[in-house]
Amino acid sequence: MAEKELIFQIKNLQMWFPVRKGFLRKTTGHVKAVDDVSLDVYKGETLGIVGESGCGKSTLGKTIMMLNTPTGGQVLFNYEGQFKDITKFTSQELFQFRKKVQMVFQDPYSALNPLKKIYTAFEEPLKVHGVNSKEEREKIMEDVLKMVNIQPDYLLRYPHEFSGGQRQRLCIARALEVRPEVLICDEPVSALDVSIQAQVLNLMKKIQKDLGLTYLFIAHDLSVVQYMSNRIVVMYLGKIVEIADSRALYDEPLHPYTRALLSAIPVPQIHQEKKRIVLPGEVPSPIRKPAGCALHPRCPHCMEKCKQVDPVLTRYKDGEHMVACHLYGAES
Amino acid sequence: MSSQTSVFEQANKKHASSLLRKNIRKFVNNRLAMIGLICVVVIVFTAVFAPLLTSYDPNKISLGEKNTSPCMEHLLGTDNLGRDVFARVLYGGRVSVFVSVMGALMGSLVGMVLGSMAGYFGGKLDMLLVRLSEIFQTFPEMILIMILVAILGQGVGNLVLVFCITGWMTTFRMVRNEFLALRGETYVQVCEAFGMPKAAIMFKQILPNVLSPVIVSATVNVAGFILSEASLSFLGVGVPSSVPTWGNILNAAKSVEVVSNYWWLWAVPGGVISIFVLAINFFGDGLRDVLDPKQQ
Repeated sequence: MAEKELIFQIKNLQMWFPVRKGFLRKTTGHVKAVDDVSLDVYKGETLGIVGESGCGKSTLGKTIMMLNTPTGGQVLFNYEGQFKDITKFTSQELFQFRKKVQMVFQDPYSALNPLKKIYTAFEEPLKVHGVNSKEEREKIMEDVLKMVNIQPDYLLRYPHEFSGGQRQRLCIARALEVRPEVLICDEPVSALDVSIQAQVLNLMKKIQKDLGLTYLFIAHDLSVVQYMSNRIVVMYLGKIVEIADSRALYDEPLHPYTRALLSAIPVPQIHQEKKRIVLPGEVPSPIRKPAGCALHPRCPHCMEKCKQVDPVLTRYKDGEHMVACHLYGAES
Repeated sequence: MSSQTSVFEQANKKHASSLLRKNIRKFVNNRLAMIGLICVVVIVFTAVFAPLLTSYDPNKISLGEKNTSPCMEHLLGTDNLGRDVFARVLYGGRVSVFVSVMGALMGSLVGMVLGSMAGYFGGKLDMLLVRLSEIFQTFPEMILIMILVAILGQGVGNLVLVFCITGWMTTFRMVRNEFLALRGETYVQVCEAFGMPKAAIMFKQILPNVLSPVIVSATVNVAGFILSEASLSFLGVGVPSSVPTWGNILNAAKSVEVVSNYWWLWAVPGGVISIFVLAINFFGDGLRDVLDPKQQ
């Protein structure tokens, strides 16, 4: 990437879900699904977001899309050089913002209304966004379908007549109808079988190249993320623990959690024995996070400091590589 | 694209019609449901075309001919004021069927709208509406109806309103529960991500997926309301007695004298009510088998 233009600037984003108990539904605690996340997204890149299930990566995606109302922080979006905070948008501004950022969801089987023909499902968003002439709508529909290699006449079928891969391609096409700049992909291939995964991923790469899209690629499958992403964000319990270029992250993982995560990738070689780093214990509840570093009860390198002070995300050797761990912060 | 579309539209129509044909065949093969449908249609038609089937005015009193037994002149005899029972049953069907069908429709409509809102928005609104429906359900129905009639007064329109007020709860619960389940579906989130208006998401996207059990329960409600109308009119709190309804005709049969001596005054309207309710129930069951395979 020669010139790096920011498209999203996420500052201290916080998404806490209240936990209510009892008859009066008193708030007894919060699920800190996204806790103080700061992140820059550059135009045209694919930013992978990885982490195990429950670490808040899907919530992060939905919160950036404003499908959840964040409990704190800012999400700045680049409107031709001007950054506007979308968390403070009025509903009208938000409606316009929906054309800029679209989302592809995890489950292609429930992403299409079973009672509606694909044609209707494709027509509705265009109608809502003010494409009034039928010819124009059909032109757009034909265009996006061409991008995902689906024949236009399939529009007249019902969702149950399609396979999982076809449905996901339809979902991608539908998201592209409004010409978004950013596509948030929430585990777009995890519901598909492996042979279809590759097909959809390659298609997504091609579309990105053709349209100059920015992807926020959320996944738990590390090899998929590695294949897709320029940069990778590793999340653990609602916090970012490491951000790095894809290559750097896989070559030199810094955070103990990232190391453990990467050691879990199966290697397709028979004689190569890989050392698996196993973190002891379970992931703590996001309602009652441990004090200090969230990983400290499970970390093989736990120090006294880790139990008290939550490490901040800092640059490692002043490069692009950022990590939130006391192992690196103190010495430098 | 236009030439292409026409071809595929045809193919699509063929597909849709084959599904419809399959469902119709399924319904036709259900003998009870077909008998029910035929009975309902016959009764509704005779009610609608009453003036063609009888020359008598249902409200014309002729005291000279009171309590005559069925004969050629009066096919089903006359009542204690000399009014022709056959004509009264035909004309009475108009009001009875209208009141019960409208009551069921309005009740379902209210239940659907409130259920959609409760299920979609959740939270305080949901809690409030659920409690409200529970209050309505815990109250003995007949007493509630009588209280409402006392407040609103007698009349066909008011009875429809009363049925609407007392009949929305089952639909409400059904729709709300379905909405709670469907709200989490991805296609709802997709619509939200496109910024579609909430009302469109509720009524255009989710509601059609809930409709078939609602239709079935509405038919069953029609049967229930026919009975309610009959009992209310029998008690004298339903439709004003000047208007002939099936319940009002039965109203004449309150005394032992009538029951033992003039059988046609109670057997005929009673029989018609039973047949209609039974027919509606059979029809509803058949409809459920077709529309809602989950509930068999």
